[in-house]
Amino acid sequence: MIELRGLTKRWPGADRAAVDEVTLSVPEGTSCALIGPSGSGKTTTLRMVNRLVEPSGGSLRIAGEDALKQDPVRLRRGIGYVIQEVGLFPHRSVAENVATVPRLLGWADARIKARVEEVLTLTGLDPARFAARRPHQLSGGERQRVGVARALAGDPPVLLMDEPFGAVDPVVRGRLQEEVLRLLKTLRKTVLVVTHDLEEAVRLGDAVAVLRDGRMAQHAPAAEMLARPADGFVAEFLGSDRALKRLALLPAVAARREGRAEGEALPPGASLRDALAALLARGTKAVPLADGGVATLDAVAEAGAPMSAAAAGPAGSP
Amino acid sequence: MEALAGAAGWLAANPLTFLGAVGDHLMLSLVGLGLGILVALPLGVAVAHRPRLAEAAIAGAGALRTIPSLAVLAALLPLLGVGFTPSVLALALLALPPVLVNTVTGLRGADRAALDAARGLGMGAVRRALQVELPLASPLVFAGLRIAAVQVVSAAALATFIGGGGLGDLVTQGLALLDTGRMLVGAVAIALLALATEAGFGLLERHLARRMGGA
Repeated sequence: MIELRGLTKRWPGADRAAVDEVTLSVPEGTSCALIGPSGSGKTTTLRMVNRLVEPSGGSLRIAGEDALKQDPVRLRRGIGYVIQEVGLFPHRSVAENVATVPRLLGWADARIKARVEEVLTLTGLDPARFAARRPHQLSGGERQRVGVARALAGDPPVLLMDEPFGAVDPVVRGRLQEEVLRLLKTLRKTVLVVTHDLEEAVRLGDAVAVLRDGRMAQHAPAAEMLARPADGFVAEFLGSDRALKRLALLPAVAARREGRAEGEALPPGASLRDALAALLARGTKAVPLADGGVATLDAVAEAGAPMSAAAAGPAGSP
Repeated sequence: MEALAGAAGWLAANPLTFLGAVGDHLMLSLVGLGLGILVALPLGVAVAHRPRLAEAAIAGAGALRTIPSLAVLAALLPLLGVGFTPSVLALALLALPPVLVNTVTGLRGADRAALDAARGLGMGAVRRALQVELPLASPLVFAGLRIAAVQVVSAAALATFIGGGGLGDLVTQGLALLDTGRMLVGAVAIALLALATEAGFGLLERHLARRMGGA
């Protein structure tokens, strides 16, 4: 659980606060994507959570404890930290990089070795192949995996990620997002992630928080925000195709109708967007669903409409 | 040819004097260099991330560097007298600028992202400096050490003017006694020592670069 209350950062000499009374809570085991135009204060907000930036006002609780009363260096050892540039230590092997926090925590060597192998495997890197390598011998995607492994090594309950997949190419990015998302869900980590990419925010965040000029513009579950932007700024930020983006978050079964149709059935976890894509690609009026029934064009339009009660998703604002 | 024969002759006749001079020379150089590093390295670490102090330090080092070695030695004479100690202090002053400038430059150029990650993962300031910053800056720091070492070994030849001993003694004695052989032994030994220092540090530097990988 991460709880920001009225968190504020005023840089000396600046005429307005970089972050102005931001209140935000990320429930345990969920993720929240911080998004906004550059200069909106999203990275500053993130960096206040592990106190790389010292807040000028407000309160901050992590896992129920007052984070502003703790020693910042110790606090950080309990918070995973992943950045866009990864920041691996170039003079150390992959294993040594991953072992950073366990060493700081004073774990025994045998435990560290076991943990390093465990997190490397979790992040999709074969320890036998990668442990002894140096960062410069890795591809961009592998480097970012090591960055995630390093952040997870000390088993922190909370993870902060700043544009975690910004530096890898789009193909690798999609796969990495998918894998890391699944991993963090399995491990029940509480995650705050900064991104400027809306698709990424929607994909990674259970909730999305839009910042504007250091203030919270809207904080809501992704599907709800796409359906009901709080104001013109958020609506514009989400884009005119926000209804389309939202389809990716809703299950195809929301558009289920009785009936039969030709062709291959959609896979079980398919979204409304997948259903729409299949309908358009096949040029048919209906596509079969995995568990029987069909999704029709009309039904997709109805289920995907922002005002649809059936498709409101996990309702209620956090 | 005659001069070389003279040198060989002198060397054969006075091996102990020669070895003693080499020993003194190395002792002067090592202590001077060590002292310079002991001051310059921590100073560099301390000022590197304070822009104004860093600039002042680099400007000061630049000024110090432009003063000729002999002038430094001579200037210390009235303050500290003659002998080993003032010689070593002068050499330490000579070693200071390259080590300081390269340490500051190396630390300021160190990978920002790695430093940010180190802080974000919960490394304290001392650990960051020793385990991340200095290793990242080490190629430049090491280049500074090499420059300083070569300068100190060469300049130690001047210690003879304030009674500091070393291979410079052979040169001044040779000049005074018109003993070309003795003078030549001193001069060649000084040159070889400087070259050997350069080569030795060069080897170490390459080894270090390999260990650091693509850093």
